[in-house]
Amino acid sequence: MSARPEAGPQPGTSAPPVLEVRGLVKTYPGVTALDGVDLQVRRNEVLGLAGENGAGKSTLLKALVGLVRPDAGEIHVRGERVRLRSVEDAADHGIGMVFQEQSLVPNLTAAENIVLGSEGPGVRRGFYRWATMRRLAQEQLDKIGSTIDPLARTDSLTFAERQMVEIAKVLRIEQRTHDTPVIILDEPTSVLEPGEIETLFEQVRRLREFASVIFVSHRLDEVLDVCDRVYVLRGGRAAGEIRPADAEPGQLHRMMIGSTAPEDHYHGGAAAPPATSRQPLLTVRGLTGTAFRDVDLDVGAGEIVAVVGVHGSGREELCKALFGAVATSAGEVALDGRKLSLTSPRAACAAGVGYVPAERKTEGMVGPMSVADNMTLAKQRVRCAGPVVVPKRQADVVDSWIRRLSIRTPGRRTAIGRLSGGNQQKVVLARWLVGGDVRLLLLDHPTRGLDVGARSEVYRLMRELAGNGVATLLLADSLEEAIGMADRVVVMSDGRVVAEVPCPADGKPSPLDLVKEMV
Amino acid sequence: MSIGAAGPLIALAVVVVVFAALNPQFRTLGNVANILDAAAVLAVVTCGTTFVLLLGSIDLSAAGVMAASSLTVALLVENTRNDADYGVLGILVAVLLGAALGGLSGLLLVLLKVPSFMTTLGVSAVGLGIATLLFAGVQPGVVDAGLRGWATGRFLGFTHLTWIAAACVLVGWVVQRHTRLGRYAMAIGGAEEVLALSGVRVAPYKVAVFTMAGAFYGLGAVMVTSQLGSGVVQAGADYSFSAITAAVVGGTLLVGGRGGVLHSTVGVLLLTVLANGLVLVGVSPYVQGGVQGLIVVVAVAAAAAPLRHRNQVVK
Repeated sequence: MSARPEAGPQPGTSAPPVLEVRGLVKTYPGVTALDGVDLQVRRNEVLGLAGENGAGKSTLLKALVGLVRPDAGEIHVRGERVRLRSVEDAADHGIGMVFQEQSLVPNLTAAENIVLGSEGPGVRRGFYRWATMRRLAQEQLDKIGSTIDPLARTDSLTFAERQMVEIAKVLRIEQRTHDTPVIILDEPTSVLEPGEIETLFEQVRRLREFASVIFVSHRLDEVLDVCDRVYVLRGGRAAGEIRPADAEPGQLHRMMIGSTAPEDHYHGGAAAPPATSRQPLLTVRGLTGTAFRDVDLDVGAGEIVAVVGVHGSGREELCKALFGAVATSAGEVALDGRKLSLTSPRAACAAGVGYVPAERKTEGMVGPMSVADNMTLAKQRVRCAGPVVVPKRQADVVDSWIRRLSIRTPGRRTAIGRLSGGNQQKVVLARWLVGGDVRLLLLDHPTRGLDVGARSEVYRLMRELAGNGVATLLLADSLEEAIGMADRVVVMSDGRVVAEVPCPADGKPSPLDLVKEMV
Repeated sequence: MSIGAAGPLIALAVVVVVFAALNPQFRTLGNVANILDAAAVLAVVTCGTTFVLLLGSIDLSAAGVMAASSLTVALLVENTRNDADYGVLGILVAVLLGAALGGLSGLLLVLLKVPSFMTTLGVSAVGLGIATLLFAGVQPGVVDAGLRGWATGRFLGFTHLTWIAAACVLVGWVVQRHTRLGRYAMAIGGAEEVLALSGVRVAPYKVAVFTMAGAFYGLGAVMVTSQLGSGVVQAGADYSFSAITAAVVGGTLLVGGRGGVLHSTVGVLLLTVLANGLVLVGVSPYVQGGVQGLIVVVAVAAAAAPLRHRNQVVK
């Protein structure tokens, strides 16, 4: 990057920032997503934004493109205070974002996507002028040196190519401001192969010639590789700023994780976890699916094993595969010595496997249905005589679990959607307990969106179940949670198990040790 | 074109070859003209329905819209009930009435946020109501020679209806392929929220699509009226569902954004050839409906096969 054009001030000079955020605050019920964030983006620089899940990255980005309205704080663009009400608004101010979930219309051509909504001379009297459309799109693609055919259908392109189309599309905002645009790339590498990532980095460096870039990633090596400066977000605040050139290794890790003391509430005041025999109950050998390969894994009876890994590590897919919800192509899974069929969730249920999905509202429960119906959804036999529901039987079973788990609900007939998140989650968990035959629990982010009190109740319940000999595979919401709850932590990266760290109550590893394996 | 997209075309070819082998009469040029004539109205109606399906919406209004337009045209051209004789102007009014009713469906959809299934069903009932009022117990016979000639006159061996249908398919294809309306209809079905994020106001395009569909139904009604020689409340009776079936069989899926006018036209031909061929090879009229239904289900299942995955939710 020695031959930079003379035009445009160099990053790090004292020129006014293109974009400045002051004291941005955004709270959602029960969560403070942004807690007074300050941020400056200078002309022609690549600014990295790093932070764990839940650190506030995505809320900050959404605020910058008008999808979220902050409760307090100011956003200044080129020295002028702005209120961004929509993506259009942001684009008018020269701020554009390449979304994490790709946002192209799959059944249109690349050219149409690039000029979508501002076709200009590409449409005359309602009729498309394909040659002009092609030329307009080609101009954008040329800026980033892409060789994609503008008239190719978008769904025939690879992920990497689609990303180029998105960048080309976002770059059209240049025409609205006639000034350095701010291009936000939200987790752009999460869907790319290693070779494609290198190409993307070249694009980012090219973009810097005429734009400011905010590069968001949870892969620290990438952030350090491509960015001029890195802001670290933690708990909705800017935890600090780093210049990769003079960053000491490990500094970024520490900033991301902070120095929080290990929290006590994972144990909920319960005694140390029982030292059960570690005869493996679940054995996974060479399991291979679309997002993971050659996974070997053991979980003992009464053991809690946490699987950690970044987005794209394959752990969510592994969890679903063990429940038979996504297909596998090779490998053996046994539960208590008997081969476990991974052909359907039904087979998994019958074998004593329970699954709490990450998306509680869409996958975990049927909102308008009652607590009782939700609780007995997977184990109809507990409330039925033959095909007929016996109200008395259902009432007895459900009421006893409402008591045992202290689920706060007006009654078993209340629609589950009306309960608080924590109580909903307890009902979802109870679904696997009512049958009394659960051997293995697969918990995918069981505390997502729960407040601290509800969290510790879920933790207590997990402990109790483990004490009763249930094997638990936990995809934790945070590293602290994984370390706090687990007897053993398995680290996955790019679809493979890369490390296994024992996690006994008296010798917990530090989050830092795990992060090093993850990235 | 992928193999999946070519499926209906291959199916059509297979059906044609089988019937041609089984029955010499099927192979005659006269029968080809018959098939195209029989397919004409459905092809026009399906053009309209196709655009609605591309949006990801559904349109059940053809039956009612066609009834209203059929009575309207019959009462405005030279007829047996009144002294009107507006000729082409009458035809135009019938088509515009169809467009207005279609536009009403679209407006109800975007303004009241009522799903198209319900708005179009409601508008269909409104159309039937208008038709019944106009009918008033006495069927108006069409005297107008021009309109009657649509069904009876021939050009290069094919009826005028066939040529009108061909023109409609061509217009439909041009709209779908080369106009903003058509491309945005595709985009709405493909990823509506992306359009919104790109600063496009989607609602006007939806209303326009429903309006255009209504116009196609209006024209279809005029064609039926020409065939029957009178304005009939039952003019569009089965067309709502036949058109959707034809579109889906041809590869215009209900999820939106897939297929198009040409796909749907292949579906129309497939259904018409089946009906024609089954008669000619002597399948009992009592089982024809059943056989046709079976073939349709198999064709749709085959077309959807490459898209299946585990735990897929189908409604």
